[in-house]
Amino acid sequence: MLKARDLTLAYDDKTIIIEALGLTIPAGKITALVGPNGCGKSTLLRGLARLLKPRQGVVLLNGQDIHRLPTRTLAKQLGILPQGPVAPEGLTVRELVAQGRYPHQSWFQQWAADDEAAVTRALEITGMLPLADRPVDALSGGQRQRAWIAMTLAQETEIILLDEPTTFLDLAHQIEVLHLLERLNREEGRTIVMVVHDLNHATRHAQHIVALRKGCVVASGDPHTVVTQELLREVFGVDADIIPDPRTGLPLCLPYGLTHEQGVEAKIEAGR
Amino acid sequence: MTTEPWVIVRNAQLPISVRIDRRVPPVLAGVTLATLTLMVINIGVGEYPIAPLDVVKTVLRLPADNADYHFVVNVLRLPRMLVAASVGLALGVAGAIMQGITRNPLAEPGIIGISAGASLAAVTFIVVVRSASAGVVSLAAFIGAALAALLIYLLAWRKGDSPIRLVLVGIGLGSVASALTTLMMTFGDIYDVQRAMIWLTGSVYGRSWAEFWALMPWVTIFAPVALLLARDLNVFNLGEEVAGGLGSRVALKRGLLLLTVVALAGASVAAAGAIGFVGLIAPHLARRLVGPLHEGLLPVAGVLGAFIVVAADLAGRTLLAPIELPCGLMTAAIGAPFFLYLLIQAHRR
Repeated sequence: MLKARDLTLAYDDKTIIIEALGLTIPAGKITALVGPNGCGKSTLLRGLARLLKPRQGVVLLNGQDIHRLPTRTLAKQLGILPQGPVAPEGLTVRELVAQGRYPHQSWFQQWAADDEAAVTRALEITGMLPLADRPVDALSGGQRQRAWIAMTLAQETEIILLDEPTTFLDLAHQIEVLHLLERLNREEGRTIVMVVHDLNHATRHAQHIVALRKGCVVASGDPHTVVTQELLREVFGVDADIIPDPRTGLPLCLPYGLTHEQGVEAKIEAGR
Repeated sequence: MTTEPWVIVRNAQLPISVRIDRRVPPVLAGVTLATLTLMVINIGVGEYPIAPLDVVKTVLRLPADNADYHFVVNVLRLPRMLVAASVGLALGVAGAIMQGITRNPLAEPGIIGISAGASLAAVTFIVVVRSASAGVVSLAAFIGAALAALLIYLLAWRKGDSPIRLVLVGIGLGSVASALTTLMMTFGDIYDVQRAMIWLTGSVYGRSWAEFWALMPWVTIFAPVALLLARDLNVFNLGEEVAGGLGSRVALKRGLLLLTVVALAGASVAAAGAIGFVGLIAPHLARRLVGPLHEGLLPVAGVLGAFIVVAADLAGRTLLAPIELPCGLMTAAIGAPFFLYLLIQAHRR
């Protein structure tokens, strides 16, 4: 299980992004981190993946401080896909996915049978097998994202963190990627943590939602408890109707206006 | 699956396995053969021409028809060729590493200021300490390369590690070093300045076994070190965050790789002056031939680097014979337009 305790994250001395944050990521579920721009959700994800050293506090993986674990040991348990990754020119899908085996390899053991099996499996699950020998830069946005997810899958970690896996994708490709993540969670039992922009994507595809504002957790829990009119006002500064999704019964949020005070604040922030 | 894109060597009993792109073995063999052929031709060409077969015989110490061959080949021309090939190899590998860690296709030891630092140090010694021997100049060049790299590291990498900042700081430092080099030459004695000019262009003219043996250890140690770090270069190529997420100790591995670049580039600049653009062209051609994975890219870039320097030397020796053009001039003549082509391509994307 992944936990953050009293976590403070900052890029330099002046700007603290996350302050004294406590968080538990439920195992075996899809967790969505939501919040307005600049609330620190991507920073938090980087902190959880040890890409950022905490100023204070710890991130615990099964009770152990991730900064005290050997890097490779951690990379076998926790994988991260940053936002908008770029593959070098000419790299094929298979070559990209093979890089996911890095933490499992050594100087002598560079390509064991396990490595090959994991790569083939990752290609199969993501439906990328037919495209395996195509260069990544020649793929469509959705295929490219699937290739990167396949790389993270080949890493064979219990936990996968994804930073905005659906940005820059059109609607069909967004759904394609979200369905893939759901399947990974359901069929493979992987714990998934994703930063999502679209609140309705979060409610529909995640079982656990964490709402952040100004580096603090404002609410966390299942979609029904988190997605409320008050929360939308407090976190996003919008007034919205919440109706049950006719298909799933999950809360569906329909924003209709800016909450007065925070609307002004949001405008000032956007103008900066 | 149609064709297997990889050649896989695996042992059922021992935990040993290697994977390499299918294109690597034939390409590597082909380029190596071409380089060796060119070296033999190059040794045969000159005021005292020797047939290629006799060159091979003499190098292998087989009985030759002419007693003079041994002196001309083994004492005069062979060490020069070996220096040319080793320098090219070192520059090709150093360039491939540089482009890998910075994720910048325009990065090259020459472009990020390491060669400029070496040049400044060398020219200072030639012009100011006038009696400096070739050995002292080489040593100065090596130290200059290391200092330039250290300075770039301190200025560009201590706070965060942006590849773009590295290149910009490198270009800036390189310009300062070049300006100081020019200043140094303005005040120098005309004879010293001429010597400095030849050194600056980069040439393997008159290189002997002494230079070869001075260069050898650096190449034989650090080229394999680079190969051991090939998998790290592969994950760096996906971006620092991905590399970190995959469990690479990014700062440590990058430090080691940078050290390797300094050793290879420094040793080659010390041996043959600043031969430009080899570290830029060789990795690009290698990528076209064997793809972007470094297990194959590094050796192919190295051998291609050797090929380019040997070819440039041959061209320089034969184009306007008996006038000999330094090989650095030839590589620049091809390299500068190539650099512009890459710039335009990068801009288009």
